[in-house]
Amino acid sequence: MAEFRITHGTFTVMAQLVKNLPEKEFLNLGFIALTDCAPLVIAKEKGFFSEEGLSVALRSESSWANIRDKVSAGVLDGGHMLAPMPIAASLNLDGLNTPMLSSLSLGLGGNAITVSLALYNQLLALNSQNANDPLSSVLALKTLIKQNQRNGNRLLTFAHVFPFSCHNYLLRYWLASAGIDPDRDVRLVVIPPHLMVNALATEQIDGFCVGEPWNSQAITQGIGAALITSVDIWHNSPEKVLGVTCAWAEQYPHTHQALLRALLKSARWLEQKENRAEACALLTEKGYVPVDPSVLRVFECGEFQYGIDKPVVQLPDFNVFYRYAATFPWLSHAEWIISQMQRWGHLQAEVNATEVAAKIYRPDLYRLAAQALNLPCPLFDRKIEGAHPQAWNTESDSGLIVMGSDIFFDQGSVELAQLNLGGCR
Amino acid sequence: MAKLNILLVDNDYGRSALVKVALEDAGHRVIAKLNDDANLSNNVLALQPDIIIIDMDAPGRDTLEQMREINRDQAKPIILFSAPNDKGFMQEAIRAGVSAYMLDGLNHAHIMPIVEVAIARFREFQALRKELDDTKSKLADRKVIEKAKGLIMTRKGLDEEDAYQLLRKNAMSQNKRLIDVARVLVSVEDLLG
Repeated sequence: MAEFRITHGTFTVMAQLVKNLPEKEFLNLGFIALTDCAPLVIAKEKGFFSEEGLSVALRSESSWANIRDKVSAGVLDGGHMLAPMPIAASLNLDGLNTPMLSSLSLGLGGNAITVSLALYNQLLALNSQNANDPLSSVLALKTLIKQNQRNGNRLLTFAHVFPFSCHNYLLRYWLASAGIDPDRDVRLVVIPPHLMVNALATEQIDGFCVGEPWNSQAITQGIGAALITSVDIWHNSPEKVLGVTCAWAEQYPHTHQALLRALLKSARWLEQKENRAEACALLTEKGYVPVDPSVLRVFECGEFQYGIDKPVVQLPDFNVFYRYAATFPWLSHAEWIISQMQRWGHLQAEVNATEVAAKIYRPDLYRLAAQALNLPCPLFDRKIEGAHPQAWNTESDSGLIVMGSDIFFDQGSVELAQLNLGGCR
Repeated sequence: MAKLNILLVDNDYGRSALVKVALEDAGHRVIAKLNDDANLSNNVLALQPDIIIIDMDAPGRDTLEQMREINRDQAKPIILFSAPNDKGFMQEAIRAGVSAYMLDGLNHAHIMPIVEVAIARFREFQALRKELDDTKSKLADRKVIEKAKGLIMTRKGLDEEDAYQLLRKNAMSQNKRLIDVARVLVSVEDLLG
């Protein structure tokens, strides 16, 4: 029988363990029923939270505003948030004036712009080439809007999910690329994700930009057809993040780290293709995303159908959870979001985007968690968004990380990022 | 006093009926009572309410958030109903400051007498919040006093009780509050190290 001797080293290790234990074991995290809540669900269901000493209750919330308010009030410890939400909260664009931060991205991409079949056919008639190309479809839309104006028709209405959402900014970016003024030439409304399909079916709206499974739901029910996905607009664009208040992160630093480690493990698990079917079953059968599993094909295996009568295409980068440093809180993502807030008048105060981004996105806290798990993390805090049309490599603390493309369909945003070149690759 | 057009969005019939009566008794008009928020965006556009009272758990909250976007529809005060099963939750939320948001854009003096019933709860939460603030500042005070006491103990080699008595005597002789003397002591110590 092996002798177990308590040495000075054992004490040091034990002291270290006690020191790093989460200050708070029981946590409440809010989420919205979308496929990209998967990292939270998997962390719970596959035991990654408990491995890190956390006991987490996942609270399904009915609105992003509720998540924001409850996180702000400390009723929730943190939540699944739209990437612009912690920024809007910190800049007091939402009236709550609660500084928030994010040290982890919950994934890249995952959105699409879907329109009613009527609008789809109108656009196809104006553009016989390819409705699923972002540039030709937006030019066709521009032509249609002009025709409508001449004929005195009502404005087309597009929905997104929240004022401070990537959906709003992607939709506006796409519209504006053809000179369509999103505030005048169309009507933009906010509709909760799970009500989108019904709003399209009842002709309250003509199209929407939303995450999954709601595009696939509209498509398989024959209510709408997708024009383009976030892959087509901005490849590997930022989407959801883990958001907490700055006060919470300060009060519970070890809990925060444990949360980040659990979610990193979860994202890595989700990255394995062979795990996606199980993830799909956990999301639907346990009621986190109450839909038929058949509409989660793009999440499960990257297969997407732009329309019910269209061929199935492979979109492997539709939902990216771990590879391409997908969990890393790139300052350049936050800077792009701030630039769009300024562009559309959501942010009117003069702010230094670089400084603001660095307060809200915290790669330093990410690195602590990743290093504790011996996971590689990028050496640089930002990259030139839009400068990588193909796969590329970025340096990490242990070799190279393979990165995905981050190209915009209109080759845009490169210049914007180049303004902030400090520490940029 | 201007008559207010109020939009109620709530699927709790009992609750919204009560509120409707109260509002109408006070001379205001409930222009619509929606049971769900399926078409909220169009309804708000068509009805142009002065105030919207909505169930906190209605997903349509996000639709109303759009009113915050600058240069868009005029901001409207939104009063949130908390869900009965969520009461504890909401009390916490409101206590921590979310309540300011519940009456966004409206002058208190104006709204108070008007939608009394709807905001009675809000007043209560304000009181709770103040109470919490007081408790919080008392807690912060105690920390400063503890620190000052610690300083006296180290410098003068006194035990805790004697250090406290010295601090108290000093405060009384200067006609100051204990906390103020403690603060001066701590800040001087910070300065001189």
